[in-house]
Amino acid sequence: MHDAAAAATARRVAVATEAQLAPCMNKEATMRARPLRGHGLLLAVPFGRATILLIVACLLWFAAVAPAHAALDPALLTQLGTDDPDVRVATVRKIGASGDARAAVVLQAIANDSLAIANGRAVIVSGGNVVDAATGEALGATPANLETIVVNNRLRGELDSALAGLKLSSPDRETRLGAAKELQASDNEDLLPILQAALAKESDPGVKAILQLAAASLGLKSSDPEQRLQAAKALSASDDPQLRQILSTLLTKQKDGSYPEADEHVRIAAQTSLDEINRRLRTVELGVSLFTGLSLGSVLLLAALGLAITYGLMGIINMAHGEFLMIGAYATYVVQGLFRAYLPGAFSWYVIAALPVAFLVTAAIGMALERGVLRWLYGRPLETLLTTWGISLLLIQASRTVFGAQNVEVENPSWLSGGIQLAGGLVLPYNRIAILGFALAVLAAVWLVINRTRLGLFVRGVTQNRAMASCTGVPTNRVDMLTFGLGSGVAGLGGVALSQIGNVGPDLGQSYIVDSFMVVVLGGVGKLAGTLAGAFGLGLLNKLLEPVAGAVLGKIVILGLIILFIQRRPQGIFALKGRAAEAM
Amino acid sequence: MNVKAELLRLLPRKGWIGLGAAALICFLVPILNSVTAPGSAAHVPDYLVALIGKFLCFAIVAVAMDLLWGYTGILSLGHGVFFALGGYAMGMYLMLSIGEAGVYRSKLPDFMVFLDWKELPWFWKPFGNFGFALVAALLGPGLLAYVFGFLAFRSRIRGVYFSIITQAFTYALMLLFFRNETGVGGNNGLTNFKRLYGYSLAESSTKLGLYTLSAVGLLVVFLLCRFIVVSKAGRVLCAIRDEESRSRFAGYNPTSYKLFVYTLSAVICGFAGALYVPQVGIINPSEFQPSSSIEMAIWVAVGERASLLGGVLGAFVVNGAKSWFTVALPEAWLYVLGVLFIAVTLFFPGGLASLILRKKAAT
Repeated sequence: MHDAAAAATARRVAVATEAQLAPCMNKEATMRARPLRGHGLLLAVPFGRATILLIVACLLWFAAVAPAHAALDPALLTQLGTDDPDVRVATVRKIGASGDARAAVVLQAIANDSLAIANGRAVIVSGGNVVDAATGEALGATPANLETIVVNNRLRGELDSALAGLKLSSPDRETRLGAAKELQASDNEDLLPILQAALAKESDPGVKAILQLAAASLGLKSSDPEQRLQAAKALSASDDPQLRQILSTLLTKQKDGSYPEADEHVRIAAQTSLDEINRRLRTVELGVSLFTGLSLGSVLLLAALGLAITYGLMGIINMAHGEFLMIGAYATYVVQGLFRAYLPGAFSWYVIAALPVAFLVTAAIGMALERGVLRWLYGRPLETLLTTWGISLLLIQASRTVFGAQNVEVENPSWLSGGIQLAGGLVLPYNRIAILGFALAVLAAVWLVINRTRLGLFVRGVTQNRAMASCTGVPTNRVDMLTFGLGSGVAGLGGVALSQIGNVGPDLGQSYIVDSFMVVVLGGVGKLAGTLAGAFGLGLLNKLLEPVAGAVLGKIVILGLIILFIQRRPQGIFALKGRAAEAM
Repeated sequence: MNVKAELLRLLPRKGWIGLGAAALICFLVPILNSVTAPGSAAHVPDYLVALIGKFLCFAIVAVAMDLLWGYTGILSLGHGVFFALGGYAMGMYLMLSIGEAGVYRSKLPDFMVFLDWKELPWFWKPFGNFGFALVAALLGPGLLAYVFGFLAFRSRIRGVYFSIITQAFTYALMLLFFRNETGVGGNNGLTNFKRLYGYSLAESSTKLGLYTLSAVGLLVVFLLCRFIVVSKAGRVLCAIRDEESRSRFAGYNPTSYKLFVYTLSAVICGFAGALYVPQVGIINPSEFQPSSSIEMAIWVAVGERASLLGGVLGAFVVNGAKSWFTVALPEAWLYVLGVLFIAVTLFFPGGLASLILRKKAAT
């Protein structure tokens, strides 16, 4: 019985060494293969003798490893009674690393101040009962000369990590997770084998990731250069950005010119691992920055799409366009409030309900604006610009009066919170993904309206030749009104989307107006495809420049590039040709 | 006699009389401020002198805007850039002239000490010289306008398109100047000035001097622009405004005319900015905001387009209203400004000047 337990311990240690070499390999296979691989020659020997030899070998092996990892040695436990704190700490570490079934009981007893030394023997006192610490055997009466062990903060820290090491074999996931987290902060290298063994058995990815981190950081702190080398090598398989942090700390020169890691081989291995991790993460990061570029592009597309209709098709400069976005966002806020008050059960669907509301509200305001003000200014674009600027000031101040000057809070519904986790702690948020899809859907809808409906036909007709369209019976005034309403409504839809990713406040529109105009100008006035290309082009360029030049300089560079681009193609990426171009 | 004819061509007799009257009022302000005792009915308080001095600078900008928009038909929504650059050039000089009298008692401007900079960036060094700062305040905006205008006009960007591009232009510079790393004070800009060319800015005599300089500056700029407007080149400018393609076909090159006017107006704005900063005592990136530039356009629109006097009038009326409202009814100011934008374009396309001055002509 005793031998079997010892053999199991020995094997666990052996597995641990193996796992250190390649923690990410298939742990089950490693576990099975290891005892055989070490004795490959013996397999050729006839079975009976082989078994005997194997047992003998295991026993020898055990004998070699045993002193440090014996089942709780009473002599070891009595060392807890010494006055030297270093010895006590070392003892606790040894107990924690022993893997013995009694270890947890003993450690817990120390933590509870119930372990004592009596007559040169470690005992656990609980109430009136006294048991032998090493064996659990009842000792009957309380000995007279009990000497309780002093637990200071340092020892308590050691106890915690030793106990955490033991908890790693708990069947409960939460317990293991907690224990793994605890071990990350530990520097008790004796726990490393236990950690490695637990890593090999662990099947839960969340716990496993933390265990890996803990094992690697423990390994790097080891006093044995060989251990550190193994740990540094093993880290190349990881994706955790924290591990990168640990590795690069090792490789950063300290003030006195030395490295935190003394051994050069370990440094080289760490550098190799770091490069490997960086190489792998770079692909992911490139993908993510591509995604953020597309996401920014979709936001720009939503902001500029309405403008592409009012400016691109109708030629009306609407400086209040940004304020339509703002109204759409505030409409979302109001709908959110209504849902919270009257339909709390369906709260997570308020965004869907906000879409038609925002569209109708902004379209109505847009149509009123067109009928009331803008139609008097057709053919006078500069005046239109100034007037709509005045309207934007009115709308901003009105929203301050109604909703206050502070930003209001718009909450993401549950299905838009969170995101897809990627390697290296990178996340693709669901709301960004949803907006990307939404922007494309709105673009498709606008395209359908313009190209496949009767209203769209009229819009195109009026754009191309107002007088002729009027002669053939197109009600141009009503078409103007509806087109402007459509453009404004689309801006309102954009506002709903913007409310999910940014601040909702009176100044929301101001921050988008310059960008939106740039998108339309870059894409080419009067072309939806141009708006699409302009929005995603600007979005991607922005995000690709950001890491190189920084956010602000990147933006300035882009504005400069647009000005230069217009030198080459004053009509934008997709130029109108013929008469329509002259009319612009 | 030839001189008289020339002068009459520049301004009609009535105009000269009006100009003289306006100048008299302008110069009466400092006299009333310094001669009369505080508290007497005729006394002009210090704050009013500073306010009118500020308006005079805005009026200079309005004249430049009017030359550009009213006469040439180019609506720039980025003239705040040139005004602010002129202001920054002067601000940098004023910053360096503080010397070691700043909060940190360092030779470096306070914000650099704050940012833990060890020495003056290279582009700051020449600004210790007053002459250089003045030249930079004029030529810096001029050069920038020349390059930007050259690129824009050469590719025949015009009308609204040009307005939008200039707005993006001022927006980009605003972002640039908001950065601390740009090296001109970031968010807070430049402030806490002490001395201008040896004169303490806290002295009321210095303030009156700056006021007088602004008034003279406005007069000079006004006459200069008037001179351009009544010249043959001025006729070409109007032709370009009304029918650019036709004037091109008639043999004129609109690009060079537009470039000239655009650059000149930028220089004038830089001049106004350089006068403005020592009077208000601060320059910060908010001057680059698109809204400040577009407000300049509304001064002109409220006054009267294609009438330099209208620009001056508009600058005084709008800014006077702004000063009053932002103190008395801060909530209402944006409503007023918004309504002003709408009303002036919808109902009074001629602006105030035409309402006041030309009423008789209409009847």
